[in-house]
Amino acid sequence: MSKIVIKVENLSKQYRLGQVSTGTLAHDVNRWWHQIRGKEDPYLKVGEANDRTTTGTSEYVWALKDVGFELKQGEVLGIIGRNGAGKSTLLKILSRTTAPTTGSVKVKGRIASLLEVGTGFHPELSGRENIFLNGAILGMTKNEIKRKFDEIVDFAGVERYIETPVKRYSSGMYVRLAFAVAAHLEPEILIVDEVLAVGDAEFQKKCLGKMKDVSEKEGRTVLFVSHNIDAVSNLCTTGLYLKNGMLEYYGTVDDTIDRYIKGLAAGKSRSRTIAANELTAPRIIDYIVDNDSLLKGELKIRIEFASPFDLDEVNLGVVVKTMTGTPLFASNCKLDEPVMNEKNISRGFGEVSFKDVPVHTGTYIADIYLGDKSQDYDVANDALTFDLISYKNIINNYSKNTIGHTVADAVWKISKQA
Amino acid sequence: MPAILPGVCQRRNNMNHYYSEDDTWDLEIKPQHSVFDLQLKEVWRYRDLMLLFVKRDFAAQYKQTILGPVWHLVQPLLTTAMFLLIFRNIADIPTDDIEPVLFYMSGIAIWNYFAGCLTNTSNTFVANAGIFGKVYFPRLILPLSVVVSNIARLGIQFGLLLFVMFYYALFKNTPIHIGFSWLLIPVLIVMMAGIGLGLGIIISSLTTKYRDFSVLITFGVQLMMYATPVAYPLSFLQNKSYAWIINLNPISSLVEGFRFAIFNKGHFAIADLTYSFVFMVVVLVVGSMIFSKVERTFMDTV
Repeated sequence: MSKIVIKVENLSKQYRLGQVSTGTLAHDVNRWWHQIRGKEDPYLKVGEANDRTTTGTSEYVWALKDVGFELKQGEVLGIIGRNGAGKSTLLKILSRTTAPTTGSVKVKGRIASLLEVGTGFHPELSGRENIFLNGAILGMTKNEIKRKFDEIVDFAGVERYIETPVKRYSSGMYVRLAFAVAAHLEPEILIVDEVLAVGDAEFQKKCLGKMKDVSEKEGRTVLFVSHNIDAVSNLCTTGLYLKNGMLEYYGTVDDTIDRYIKGLAAGKSRSRTIAANELTAPRIIDYIVDNDSLLKGELKIRIEFASPFDLDEVNLGVVVKTMTGTPLFASNCKLDEPVMNEKNISRGFGEVSFKDVPVHTGTYIADIYLGDKSQDYDVANDALTFDLISYKNIINNYSKNTIGHTVADAVWKISKQA
Repeated sequence: MPAILPGVCQRRNNMNHYYSEDDTWDLEIKPQHSVFDLQLKEVWRYRDLMLLFVKRDFAAQYKQTILGPVWHLVQPLLTTAMFLLIFRNIADIPTDDIEPVLFYMSGIAIWNYFAGCLTNTSNTFVANAGIFGKVYFPRLILPLSVVVSNIARLGIQFGLLLFVMFYYALFKNTPIHIGFSWLLIPVLIVMMAGIGLGLGIIISSLTTKYRDFSVLITFGVQLMMYATPVAYPLSFLQNKSYAWIINLNPISSLVEGFRFAIFNKGHFAIADLTYSFVFMVVVLVVGSMIFSKVERTFMDTV
């Protein structure tokens, strides 16, 4: 067991909705009056969970509520959750750009946060001047920057333009320089928001590699927020799943991602039965996956649909994706001509079967589409989550990050040199 | 024969890294903290950053200008010319037997320093919200960097003043007074900086919630100059009914004192200076209290 470097206890953050200045003076005075009499803040009692989708009754909202976890040295924590789940608020508190409402965070060592690349870059200053300025803003001393200067310029690949004002840089160069400075920070704890969403694919790969190095070889602790589940599962050792400002799950990264994805799917499960006369547009009513076939490497999905008018040519579609959302394969009635195709139906069923699904054993997700020959009417994203046993057995337990998701039938020949 | 089991090795390695639960933390992030916690130790650790901000302000301001830093000279020279025309020639206000050009120039130099400190620190939070929202460093660094970069500006204007003084000594027989009173100058500048910084951080803290103050400050500073003996000497106001306004202004004694230090002429009293000093201490204490409270959550209201 190595040492604990971050300890978060009962961390909460309350925000007030609506306009900042209206009525705050009255609340401020009331707060102050309570404080003088030694009573607790009256507005801390109100407030509700942070759920975007429902209209709340209180104007106070908990962006983060009673979050607690511990991180050990060298761990890479991936923080995931839907938009507005409190990820950024958590990072803001950890990087000390705002204070929590209640609770505490205890930290060992230096923290550096990378919530954005190029913070404090001044367009008029040259690349060289900006390296120093940005480095100092991120917490480096002048000597540290001097020592790493060549390395930074090299990583960014901007030697030629180092004396040019950064406003003349292409946006790619600008981002590369900014990330290069950040990548050469040497804090014990590094906080990274979705800054990797910039730059070209090659540079993103370089950045991810650099982050991996930082944690694996140099033993730093990294906190990483991203919507890119693939990046999280590649980089992180531990996962934290936030939902409506509350800690939903904290554990190994695979378990956390699993929970998150199942949560996404569960949130969208719909087995609604709508009377035909209530329909305003063609809808997917229900769907089911045949569990027995899944064990034999076959995927069978049955879809029920209904429409307020006759669909002259129904087009159903299925897209199968990995747990992390990468599409693997798909089919619809245009790609694969149906063997039986009745015309002019307003209510009916569709059935699709994929024999010998070309993927390894694992959990997969399917999106379902309903349309006709010219347009899509309804989509059920992440409608089905299912475990499939591949027709092709993998003897060794290879990681799918190494061998990929798809199965290929290959023929090998090994021969001796004559 | 099996090699050393990796697991054993691992465990031994980790033993060295094991720390007990209750050892000390380097940093604790809490909702509340003590009122006077300005984290001066942190400020010292980030001193490089402060100097870089000073450099940035200087370098960036005159990029793509032809005259560059010469602008620091043009502005006081033109203002002096304007004052000569209006206050000397049109209004005919006396200048305490000091050569009018030198009188105005010295007043403008020291006043500009105060005005620069005040206006530039007063928008600390709003102007830098972008940086503050993304990364932590002691917030006090920015107002401090403003005070320092304005000292550089004052240095340039003071140099200009000395140059003009030599010119007058050589060609117009205006003697240069040099004495122990010159030692007063650094004290006066520090007090100017103190009052400018104190008022500036109070206003910057209030501006995070109520933008009204940023409107107030722009013309407030202009008006305040007329309530300060920049364009007229304090002696001119004797026996005037509104003299108390000028006396109440803590900057008055500093501007007068600055002229007294250089020319050994004009009004100077320890009592006035003590008043300014007390005022400076009060605004600095109040300012740092408000600032340290606001800096922790201002991102939510700015």
